[in-house]
Amino acid sequence: MLRPRVSPTLLLHNGGLVKTRRFAEPRYVGDPINAVRIFREKEVDELFIFDIDATAQQREPDYALIETLAAECAMPLCYGGGVCRADQAQRLIGLGVEKVAVSSAAIARPELVSEMAAEVGQQSVCVVLDTRRVPGEARHELMLHRGRQGAPHDPVATAIRFAKLGAGEIVFNAVDRDGMREGYDLDLAANAQLQLSVPFTMLGGAGTVENLSELFKVCGPIGASAGSLFVFKGDARAVLITYPDRATRDRLALIALSESIV
Amino acid sequence: MIKILDYGVGNVRAFLSLFHRLDLPAEAAATAAALDGASHLILPGVGAFDQAMAMFDASGMRSQVEDLVLGERIPLLGVCVGMQMLARRSSEGVRAGLGWIEGDVQLLGNGEAGERLPHMGWNDIRPVGDHVLARGLEDGRAYFLHSYVFELADRADEIAVTDYVRDFSCMIGHQNIVGVQFHPEKSHRWGAQILRNFARMHPC
Repeated sequence: MLRPRVSPTLLLHNGGLVKTRRFAEPRYVGDPINAVRIFREKEVDELFIFDIDATAQQREPDYALIETLAAECAMPLCYGGGVCRADQAQRLIGLGVEKVAVSSAAIARPELVSEMAAEVGQQSVCVVLDTRRVPGEARHELMLHRGRQGAPHDPVATAIRFAKLGAGEIVFNAVDRDGMREGYDLDLAANAQLQLSVPFTMLGGAGTVENLSELFKVCGPIGASAGSLFVFKGDARAVLITYPDRATRDRLALIALSESIV
Repeated sequence: MIKILDYGVGNVRAFLSLFHRLDLPAEAAATAAALDGASHLILPGVGAFDQAMAMFDASGMRSQVEDLVLGERIPLLGVCVGMQMLARRSSEGVRAGLGWIEGDVQLLGNGEAGERLPHMGWNDIRPVGDHVLARGLEDGRAYFLHSYVFELADRADEIAVTDYVRDFSCMIGHQNIVGVQFHPEKSHRWGAQILRNFARMHPC
């Protein structure tokens, strides 16, 4: 049976790895090559690496660094940041990246997703949607401009449109939960579980392994990604790279299995 | 020497890195001349079937690869779309496949069971016989990223199955030609084991 995917998300900023809180306060965590090597040794399911400056600075992805990181990955790698053209996606796949993620560029120009899918195949196209629960309300909306501005579009409806355009995976990145370690946005996840016909991954909020379990209970074998959970330890947020062991992941797989739709 | 066919489609670099870590000599080959000295061939592939076949046909290597694989019968491993290229045809595209293993490639499921496609993530590998390629896989599993699967014409060519929507062939083989639907270069110890097994195959 398909297992749930548990992945670290690493953020690149000025060539180093950082962690953020609600998309602010970037804090240096370590050297990316070293971190990737450690996660490889821990046999993580897959890895997401996002360059948080590339799009804002309107520069190309750091292809040399990405190629080095990809060569260290014995697991699939999804890269995002600065991608706005299908030829960039093609180049990244050629460097050893399995999935290429786009966010603001796809929202600005949705046809990009179809162009990428035509170039590298739907399975390698990932759309990242930054989301938040609308303050004081039950519904959710998209967040634009690096999580600073709400836009009145339902994230799941948006995801369905992108899936139709050729996205093979959607990542819902909860800005309001980023770094807070209070659990995933389970309402959003439950909505996506009901309506989305492509794989999706939740990111933002995971503070304990129990949070992963909660998510899989609701959604079955989807992706659960986390930054803080695998990179910080304790209230003082000391830097320590960890990852659930195989026994824990087998337990999570059983939980997801009981919710699986296939 | 293991040669990884570099025809513009697929994760050549990841294979080279993995073989390097396994201490197995391997090189990329992008031209027919570069195939000299090949003892094993890897046919990687990602993306769409038609595009992969078109790129392979345009690479200038197909004729030499056919001599090696169909003539000298050296082992060849098709990976992901590379495995699908071994078929006669794929319903994903209009081009003919290589036709080296009898069967066709079909879409996995038809959407009625509510399954998510592509099949994305780690899933279990269940060997069905005792083929050398599947040896030594304890709790075998690998990373899958695909929507299409190989429907074998001859069940005897099935090496291992995986369950998603239904059981499908995740490892296939006919004499010296084998294929895996998942990504062994991105499947940690299990992928490494399969590639080690492949390196031990002989011409047949």
